[in-house]
Amino acid sequence: MPLLEVNNIEVIYDDVILVLKGMSLEVEEGQIVAVLGANGAGKTTTLKAISGLLKTEEGEVTDGEIVFDGEKINGLEAENIVKKGVFQVMEGRRVFEDLTAKENLVAAAHTQKCSRSELDERIDAVYSYFPRLKERENGLAGYLSGGEQQMLVIGRGMMAKPKLMMLDEPSLGLSPLLVSEIFEIIVKLNKEIGTTILLVEQNARMALNIADHGYIMENGKIVLDDTTEKLKNNEDVKRFYLGMTDMGTKRSYRDVKHYKRRKRWLT
Amino acid sequence: MQEFLQLIVTGLVIGSVYALVAMGFALIYKSTSIINFAQGEFVLLGGYICWWFYTSLGVPVVPAFLATMAIAVLMGLVLERVMLRPMIGEPIISVIMITIALATVLKALVTILWGTQIQVFTPAIFSQDAIKFGPVLVSEVYLWTFGFAFLFLGVFAAFFKFTRVGISMRAVADDQQVAQSMGISVKRVFAISWSIGALVSAVGGILVGNINGINIALADFGLKVFPAVILGGLDSIPGAIIGGLTIGILENIMGSYLDIYLGGGVKEIAPFIVLIVILMIKPYGLFGIKEIERV
Repeated sequence: MPLLEVNNIEVIYDDVILVLKGMSLEVEEGQIVAVLGANGAGKTTTLKAISGLLKTEEGEVTDGEIVFDGEKINGLEAENIVKKGVFQVMEGRRVFEDLTAKENLVAAAHTQKCSRSELDERIDAVYSYFPRLKERENGLAGYLSGGEQQMLVIGRGMMAKPKLMMLDEPSLGLSPLLVSEIFEIIVKLNKEIGTTILLVEQNARMALNIADHGYIMENGKIVLDDTTEKLKNNEDVKRFYLGMTDMGTKRSYRDVKHYKRRKRWLT
Repeated sequence: MQEFLQLIVTGLVIGSVYALVAMGFALIYKSTSIINFAQGEFVLLGGYICWWFYTSLGVPVVPAFLATMAIAVLMGLVLERVMLRPMIGEPIISVIMITIALATVLKALVTILWGTQIQVFTPAIFSQDAIKFGPVLVSEVYLWTFGFAFLFLGVFAAFFKFTRVGISMRAVADDQQVAQSMGISVKRVFAISWSIGALVSAVGGILVGNINGINIALADFGLKVFPAVILGGLDSIPGAIIGGLTIGILENIMGSYLDIYLGGGVKEIAPFIVLIVILMIKPYGLFGIKEIERV
């Protein structure tokens, strides 16, 4: 049985705007699963539907179901979903700016009924993954650099010891060097701590390199899914997500015009 | 010079109570974005309840004090649950209107229960005897007031800085959605904010009631938190404290030195003149920096 199962869900914002139209995906325990897709495909909405944050934005799962660890979780309050072991690291490095880096970590352990000493141990564990945070632990999070803020939000996720961590575009606006550093840590998290990862990314190359399984999303549903090995060799993925062309041929404007038609999964 | 020092000291004492009430106000505003116009009525109610326990029922001072605090906390929780939680998601202006209505209702309730006569704590809890500090005379009741106000301010400052609940409250004030994403219950934080807001106001009411006696005008005392929080910046708790102290000193000094020229009453309006001036030259107050600009 997969750890997370999203079955054919439909999400409507503000009672009228249909964003997800029969979205399904599965995440096996211990895997890294990547969801790729263009802006507006519904990737973030999918994550918010799972974490329950949709409710804070007038969104609603109107059909289908989300099963985590054998239990139906759609309809639960966000706080109860966190308690079950799902943690969403939101897009855009939303640190608590007026709190110090350390206080950000403490706040993230809110659902954890752990003692002071265990809390300190967890903070040290986060610092061992991100030594730079230790140096700045008493500085206001708002003044950290972009890379440090991304580390901090992932560190916050670690504090809650989730079974499933959902990362929304962790590479957003970071230098290539930092992106690979962040991705290495995501892999480490998965291998060493055993956290299952659901990763939403625009950086398809990076995401497909670290993930076990990939989903391609368009217009509110999955159009293609396979192991990342196969996806990387898929002609359409190569062309539209990895930016590669057929060997040696120069892409002409005519090909560009036929982009849409060439997407053979859009039958 | 001696008179000036004397004015500063007494101003500081009243200012410390302003600071306490203003902290409660800023806390509610910061975490729930609601401007609570009933803050002054919380002060009024706190003063009356404690007086009622102590003077009318003859309960000893410590239990009377604790019981008042307990009732204030309970009142904060109930108000939040019954009147404010159903309004989550409604326009902020509607919620503010509710607090104005609440203020009127609470004031009326106090008048029904206890009338409009000035009441004093009898027997006096703190003595009025003056103690000499160098050139300045301070009566004992002022010292106790100052001490208690700062005790509460200190306790809450430590609460927000060091406890996990305090940190989660600041997290909610900072970014509600992200706080929810980590399982912090925003509703619970709202409830705690209201109960702390009511608690510190009630304590403020007891302290001032001991100095000036209690009647319906105590609610106007609560109005002075507006100049205090505007001066400090609406969303800043340290700002509220500094604003409270400053307003206390300013009204005392302006009152004393300007009354002879203007025929009295300057003390009452001085804080509101400060409020107007601050809004004109520094609308976010001294400490109410809206957002951190990263460079």
